[in-house]
Amino acid sequence: MRTTTRLAPNRTHHTHRTHRQAAAVASAAAVGLALAACSTPAAATPGISDDTVTVGSHQPLTGPAAAGYSSISAATKAYFEYVNAQGGIHGRTIEYVVKDDGYNPANTQTVVRELVQEDKVFAILNGLGTPTHSSVLDYLAQNEVPDLFVASGSTGWDQPEEYPTTFGFNADYVVEGAALAQYAADEHAGKVVCVLGQDDDYGDEFLEGVEMVLGADGVAAVERYSVSNQDVTAQIGAMQAAGCEINMLATVNGFSALAIGTAAKMNWFPQWFASSSGGDYPTLAELIGEETAPQLLQGFVSANYLPFSPDGEWVALFEKINDEYNGGARFDGNTVYGMSVGYLFAEALAKAGEDPTRESLVEAIESGELVGNGILPLTYGPDDHAAFDGVGITVVDQGVQDYTGSTYRLDGETVEAVDAEPVALEAEGVPAS
Amino acid sequence: MTAATSPTRQIILRALVLALLAIAGTFLLDPFRNYQLAVIAACFCATAGLSLLVGLTGQLSLGHAVLMAAGGYGYALVAAPAAEAGLDGVPRFALGLLGALCASGGLGVLLGLAGARLRGPYLAGLTLALVIALPALTAQVSVLGGDQGVSAPFEGVPGPLQQLIAVEQWHAWIAILVATLAVTPLAVLRTSRAGLRMRAVHADETAARLSGVSPARVKVGAFVASSLAAGLGGAVLCVATQSVSPGRYDLAFSLLLVVAAVVGGLGSIGGAAAGAVLVVLLPWLVDTITAAVGVPADLEQRLSGNLAVLVFGALLIVVTVIWPGGLAGAVGSRRQAWSRARARARAQAQERKRPPAPPPATPTPSPTVPHSLTER
Amino acid sequence: MDRLVFLLATGLARGLVIALFALSLVIIWRAARIVNFAQAAMAVVAVYVAFAVTSLTGSYWVGLVAALAAGALLGLVVERGLIRLVPSRTPLPGMIVAIGLVMVLQSVMGILFGPRHKPMSAPFDERPFVVGSIPVLSPYDLFVLLVALVVVVALALLFNRTALGLQLRASAVAPEVSRLLGVRVPRMVTLGWMLSSAVAALAALLLVPTELGLNAHSADLLFVHAFTVAVLGGLDSPPGALVGGVTVGVLISLVTGYLGAGIVPLAVLALLTLVLLVRPGGIFAVKEARTA
Repeated sequence: MRTTTRLAPNRTHHTHRTHRQAAAVASAAAVGLALAACSTPAAATPGISDDTVTVGSHQPLTGPAAAGYSSISAATKAYFEYVNAQGGIHGRTIEYVVKDDGYNPANTQTVVRELVQEDKVFAILNGLGTPTHSSVLDYLAQNEVPDLFVASGSTGWDQPEEYPTTFGFNADYVVEGAALAQYAADEHAGKVVCVLGQDDDYGDEFLEGVEMVLGADGVAAVERYSVSNQDVTAQIGAMQAAGCEINMLATVNGFSALAIGTAAKMNWFPQWFASSSGGDYPTLAELIGEETAPQLLQGFVSANYLPFSPDGEWVALFEKINDEYNGGARFDGNTVYGMSVGYLFAEALAKAGEDPTRESLVEAIESGELVGNGILPLTYGPDDHAAFDGVGITVVDQGVQDYTGSTYRLDGETVEAVDAEPVALEAEGVPAS
Repeated sequence: MTAATSPTRQIILRALVLALLAIAGTFLLDPFRNYQLAVIAACFCATAGLSLLVGLTGQLSLGHAVLMAAGGYGYALVAAPAAEAGLDGVPRFALGLLGALCASGGLGVLLGLAGARLRGPYLAGLTLALVIALPALTAQVSVLGGDQGVSAPFEGVPGPLQQLIAVEQWHAWIAILVATLAVTPLAVLRTSRAGLRMRAVHADETAARLSGVSPARVKVGAFVASSLAAGLGGAVLCVATQSVSPGRYDLAFSLLLVVAAVVGGLGSIGGAAAGAVLVVLLPWLVDTITAAVGVPADLEQRLSGNLAVLVFGALLIVVTVIWPGGLAGAVGSRRQAWSRARARARAQAQERKRPPAPPPATPTPSPTVPHSLTER
Repeated sequence: MDRLVFLLATGLARGLVIALFALSLVIIWRAARIVNFAQAAMAVVAVYVAFAVTSLTGSYWVGLVAALAAGALLGLVVERGLIRLVPSRTPLPGMIVAIGLVMVLQSVMGILFGPRHKPMSAPFDERPFVVGSIPVLSPYDLFVLLVALVVVVALALLFNRTALGLQLRASAVAPEVSRLLGVRVPRMVTLGWMLSSAVAALAALLLVPTELGLNAHSADLLFVHAFTVAVLGGLDSPPGALVGGVTVGVLISLVTGYLGAGIVPLAVLALLTLVLLVRPGGIFAVKEARTA
């Protein structure tokens, strides 16, 4: 600790020091900017060259939030490597730059600016997290950077007037809540329904969807949990005391497992209906325990919109890609999700033309001609920047999770049952150039 | 009186010179670097205050992020309604800053009062609990907007300058000016009598009390000063990013501020600046090096973020154990050594210029040598 | 009424683990007069060791012993290798070094093991006994209670009835005098660190099976709660840690049950503030307060 005191300073000494300091600062600044300001003049379309396309993403790779999401970007990268090995899109390989933001919106702002201004990416793809991505919406809109397929079920990405270059991907929480509630009303009429939701927009919007179908008094108990507190005993106890028979979970996978495990420990085995973010069977099985999972999760209901059926052709392709290009990492819902996002981007890029620009990319998506690989048609259009307006209901039977066949769409405030329209696999999963 | 104000005048002059240099420097940086400069300036406000607080009064605050957050929320909650009411430009900005100062100052008073009663680890523990409680607080008080936070009005480049500078550069200017406003009083405080009182209280509270200095009042004053600066830093971050949310002011960020203050050198303003630069630029540097070295993708993903934290933790330990003065101490001691070496060289040069000294006088002068010749 | 009993029982179970961790803070305070901010991170490292050992041998009990050993070893290494080098005239450098250690340990664990939670199973059934129609404590909870009581009694005996305990306490309170009287003060401090770290590892090991799983950040919240408990009960007092732990556990459970999970950090902060300002020495403190 410095303890020099200057009660009677030497004035000439000070002015010398001031001048010397100023000179030091100036020379340091000169060196600094010589290193920093070596930016090439901006290409006409950043991120596109004759043989590469560069896209970027911000993901929580570290920190407490990383546990559930860090494998998504690895899966997307693996898919892009597969596409590149088949010749790329219009002869261009896809480079995916993923930067860690630790689920901290301040870091998101920094890394997204870095991606746009330093790495000069063509587009931002699959930015993850509601609070994190919300903080960069204005910046991306102002700089007219395509902001594609945001990895979050919030309804905030579907605002074409305010954010014309932002497109969602997930079926949003309202849609999921409404679809699951409708399934409960159709298949299990008369049972007492309760909701356990995360204490943020995820829980809020899911509850909104549920109440849209069942009415506010159709939900017997609403409990909330906070991700910072890994003990949900009090909430589960309250739900048991309220006599809940169907528990709707607006939870992330970890907390779905906690809720189900805690209830089991209390010898309570209600029915569980979980949103897609908290309903992935392989992940839950790992958390609950591979031996007890099939029994504990028998009849577990969830929602999904991607082709994750275990014996489907898409999964066969994705497993192959996972083994070859992702080092055989664990195959679960995140893998299917990451690769599906990659597929949709490759399709959009292909439709954007031989010489894509940011405008042509956005136009390609808004044209509504994208097909994707989900179980329902994509709903992109000039006034609709959401991908899926419906979900299919899935159930776990004997340790296998698959679609039941019930599919619901949310149109405004009404839910209608529809038929699923899964997209067949074509051209080995590489969109036609 | 003139002897007492001239160091103040020196400091203010130096601050203005540095600010002007920084503003000139922004012309040579690209927009992203200007954005980073704005973030560095915001962190500098907080680290300067923290460095002073810890260095001069020995109170460790692990929750300076919350003080910055208070400033950010204060700014946003005042500026946003002001914008809707039709206020614009400088008045709205000034009102926003005032809001930031009130919020962070108020919290600083409370923390200072707590700090006055509590010994080191207890205050640290209390501020730790405060940082962890911030998201819960914003979720419960609805006006604070929960996880999404509060958005602040966009400070666009004013009309006449629009052709000249980009918005990031404008924000960098705002950041530099606010940082000058925030840190200069701290620098003055440091060399003033108040700073001396702080050091006295830190060194020996009983002796200070016997000399008529009230330790409680000094500690609270130090906390308030550092929290006002941190609040302005939070307001700057709010301007540069147009929003404030609890996610950005988490424990990790609070610890980074401590790293910046310690590595820069506790008690030193220049050190706080160096620390702020380090804390903002090092993660980017580490990522660039990792990418350049080329590690397998799985490892790269696990290194991302973690490696920077590892380096910071190691720096904290190394600096505290080996180099307690931090960067500022190293620079200061080298400067001292250099000026000592220069003084020595000057003395040697002067000696060489002098004619050789006369032989020592013999006890009996030789009778043949005339007296005059033995004189110089 | 049912709900209250349920919440109290849950709170008791959780509070015992917090109390155990708080005990480790009490030990290190009594032995070295510092609050080790790196306690949680060190404990998690020991639990990772236990996890590895249990995976290899298939036995929880071998893993438990491994956790204690790893905790003690880590305490030894940190004290001898790091804390010894830190100037100790004021507590500040020690705190800063501890924070640096937390950052190093958590980032290394993140790099080595990744961010995923590794689920750990408990050695006893976690399904609670049902009394009346209310689920109360489970066999696992009773196991935790037993362990906590054993540790408290053992520590009380150690510190108050043995010569070693006297030496440990003397070395912390009056190192120079102790040295004059022939006590090997540095060795006592090291021993205190080892003991504290082992107990913290035990607490973390007992906590993890009730949560999502093992992760570099598993014990962060435990540290904050345990710190609150240690302050509440008095850093000098093992029974204080036990009572304080149960109190805080019950408080958290009641707040979650009646007010909502989001309020808990605020309740903890409010409690900590109240205790620090009203009775900084803690409710069971032997020595008096720390004022300005």
